[in-house]
Amino acid sequence: MLKRAKALFLGLLSLASLLFAGGVSAESATRQLNMPQGVTEVSQAAYDIHMIMIWICTVIGVLVFGFMFYIMYAHRKSRGVTAEHFHENLLVEVLWTVIPALILIVMAVPATTALLKVYDTENPDIDIKVTGYQWKWQYEYIGEGVKFMSELRTSQDEIYGREPKGEHYLREVTQPLVIPTNKKVRFLITGNDVIHSWWVPDFGVKRDAVPGLFTAAWAKTDQPGTYVGECTELCGSGHAFMPVVVEVKEEAEYDAWLAGKKEEAAGYASTIGKQWTFDELMVKGEEVYGRSCAGCHQTNGEGIPGVFPALKDSPIALGPPAGHIGILINGVAGTSMQSFAEQLSEVEIAAVVHYERNAWGNDVGDIVQPIDVLNFKQSQ
Amino acid sequence: MAHGPSQNFFSRWLFSTNHKDIGTLYLWFSFAMFLLGGAFAMVIRAELFQPGMQLIKPEFFVQMTTMHGLVMVFGAIMPAFVGLANWMIPMMIGAPDMALPRMNNLSFWILPFAFAILTSTLFMEGGGPNFGWTFYAPLSTTYAPDTVNYFIFGVHIMGASSIMGSINIIATVMNMRAPGMTYMKMPMFVWTWVITAFLLVAVMPVLAGAVTMMLMDINFGTSFFDAAGGGDPVLFQHVFWFFGHPEVYIIILPAFGVVSQIIPTFSRKPLFGYSSMVYATASIAFLSFIVWAHHMFTVGMPIAGELYFMYATMLIAVPTGVKVFNWITTMYKGALTFETPMLFSIAFVILFTFGGFTGMMLSIAAADTQYHDTYFVVAHFHYVMVAGAVFSGTAAVYYWLPKWCGRMYDETMGKVQFWIAFIAFNITFMPQHFLGLAGMPRRYSDYGLQFADWNMVSSIGAFLYGGAQLLFLYNVIRTIGWGKPISDPQVWEGAQGLEWTLPTPAPFHTFSTPPVIK
Repeated sequence: MLKRAKALFLGLLSLASLLFAGGVSAESATRQLNMPQGVTEVSQAAYDIHMIMIWICTVIGVLVFGFMFYIMYAHRKSRGVTAEHFHENLLVEVLWTVIPALILIVMAVPATTALLKVYDTENPDIDIKVTGYQWKWQYEYIGEGVKFMSELRTSQDEIYGREPKGEHYLREVTQPLVIPTNKKVRFLITGNDVIHSWWVPDFGVKRDAVPGLFTAAWAKTDQPGTYVGECTELCGSGHAFMPVVVEVKEEAEYDAWLAGKKEEAAGYASTIGKQWTFDELMVKGEEVYGRSCAGCHQTNGEGIPGVFPALKDSPIALGPPAGHIGILINGVAGTSMQSFAEQLSEVEIAAVVHYERNAWGNDVGDIVQPIDVLNFKQSQ
Repeated sequence: MAHGPSQNFFSRWLFSTNHKDIGTLYLWFSFAMFLLGGAFAMVIRAELFQPGMQLIKPEFFVQMTTMHGLVMVFGAIMPAFVGLANWMIPMMIGAPDMALPRMNNLSFWILPFAFAILTSTLFMEGGGPNFGWTFYAPLSTTYAPDTVNYFIFGVHIMGASSIMGSINIIATVMNMRAPGMTYMKMPMFVWTWVITAFLLVAVMPVLAGAVTMMLMDINFGTSFFDAAGGGDPVLFQHVFWFFGHPEVYIIILPAFGVVSQIIPTFSRKPLFGYSSMVYATASIAFLSFIVWAHHMFTVGMPIAGELYFMYATMLIAVPTGVKVFNWITTMYKGALTFETPMLFSIAFVILFTFGGFTGMMLSIAAADTQYHDTYFVVAHFHYVMVAGAVFSGTAAVYYWLPKWCGRMYDETMGKVQFWIAFIAFNITFMPQHFLGLAGMPRRYSDYGLQFADWNMVSSIGAFLYGGAQLLFLYNVIRTIGWGKPISDPQVWEGAQGLEWTLPTPAPFHTFSTPPVIK
């Protein structure tokens, strides 16, 4: 009872604060009510069968409820009617079993055709491996040597209301997935830790990302643009904070982008050998920490007791650098601390380790260089 | 009368073997759980009132969604119908009590412990269960907080309680019917409960198996659900939904039974198509075992499996349709009055049918690719669970409360409660269809700005709906304490059945000698 009263009170409080803030909802002009038609054959098929079902249900609903409301009006005792006593009629009972069954058989035909489209994943032009992590996506262009993480770009400050929310609140990522128009792209979807689900409504693609298993989906569209989706399988506390953003580019543009990505991968090697200064690493580290670590260990490094350990004053952060780097590279088995070896570059790992050792009152004072991380990896 | 209840409060309620007292315990317990689960829902809706994290952290939010589901399903709805079964089944079949009265006591009194254990995890280090009421592995195994072991223990106790309760109901109905009360003369409520009890006995051990495998994976190094050790996370989903799908019919079938009692009463006309109702219920129960993977259309099943589960699921519409048509035809050419139980029952038929429509849409696998795990699903199952099970439970209390306590509830207050609940329910859950179709996934602690408007509407509806339950509580307490005394055995003009031949209020012991059935 008390809890309920408290919740109600808090609800009213947030209502009041909303009125004072001038209303958040003014920004959300788009009031989409129906399923999007999307830009692929599959999303169109899903939309079509959805509309067929809506109309069938509407017709049945109008008939059934209409009859019911007529009865409620006409056969009220207050109108002086007396009840009849029939309670069986074989004919109508057979009819209302057989007719719905026939409707279902008719519905099964388009339902089957649509499903066959969803499963038509053979002969793709491009294969992209999609891996779900807590709480970000990794995209790998198979055979191209291009691989990157795609993480939420919205800041914790926006989420916690310390800054106004931007136009693309929770719908923006560090690096979107890029695909070309008019090519059949197959997504091979898997999970790294728990089950996620990769959903792009405008493609009609939703497939679970199950660790240890690959699921397949496909998309082919002629409409360039940015398409936003979500993770749709509960994957922990960051479930709402790992959007999917896909950019569809014209083929030439896509080729240029891919070539740029390949160059970037080649050029990266040179930054590993560079000697970074204490402050450079702190700046880079804070950025990486906010993106990849703060979701669990919190911005203040204090973690959440019993779930996510604190890094402030932690013996690992204050101990020798090798142990600290090791945890990031290998993760901690049986916990949600995953291996970041594949997710972060050597520069990023060095920067974030350095940051954790020298932030929030941790003051080890040493400098962890990217080359140390590379050496650690190679010595394993 | 041989002897009444113990005068000592503790020995009366703690040691009770009387079906009416145990029924009362079940009903109060379930209402307490309903308020608790409702409080969790209020926290969820308060946080979702606006985009951004305002009141709680995402970690706590997922604990709230999980606990809301668990407490409502296992703590509120299931025990409520067991309570009704305890009260009504002996009175409806002309039996003096339940067949196994001591087990009856046990099956109730372990429940508060189960929920104390489950709820206490919220105050422990690591927090309560945070993996959704469907607790998919490996989120609920490798990645779960240590308190998951308490959750598993709690689920085991709940399962034991349900199995004992079901065995008791089956034994009672099979052995204790008054002479002449053949199976095909039993009231629909009894029929639906027998079928439900068989479902429970069949699937509760499956749930126990699922949580035991989790326990082994977490603590003893097995890999049932861990692909790295040769197991399969998808296996968990198959096992869970083999329990989970019958479970939703376990919740709704007794609700069908209640409505099948109430609609004939206030239509003053016998239930239309009694035998087809029985067969339809049995068909639904059978189908519930062979459709489970429609909860897993996006998990990447082979297309043959997907097609099979789609066709089988669509079939459920047939027997369910039969039931709806039967209820409506029962009303046809009756003499209708609209007391509170009837209002809730009619709302049940309309809103449950609406939930059935969205259920048919969800059965179409290609479209489900878009609906799956969005608010469209949340809206769908609240239409069948809340407007289905909760509305019918409320109807049942208003319908039988005068018989139980010999006092009449306040009709005006009942109707006011109905209209608030009906309107607030639709304000809460109708917009969730739009949210889901527009792309908002379920179990999201925060959302993009495009979902802000409907979330706010939904939250306001939820607070109102919560308020209506307090009015319900007040009305029930007021009736028991200060309601207008009545003594006519026939509380409702058109009511049929053995329970209405008993004095009002129903004495502590009834049918010590079996009634004569025409």
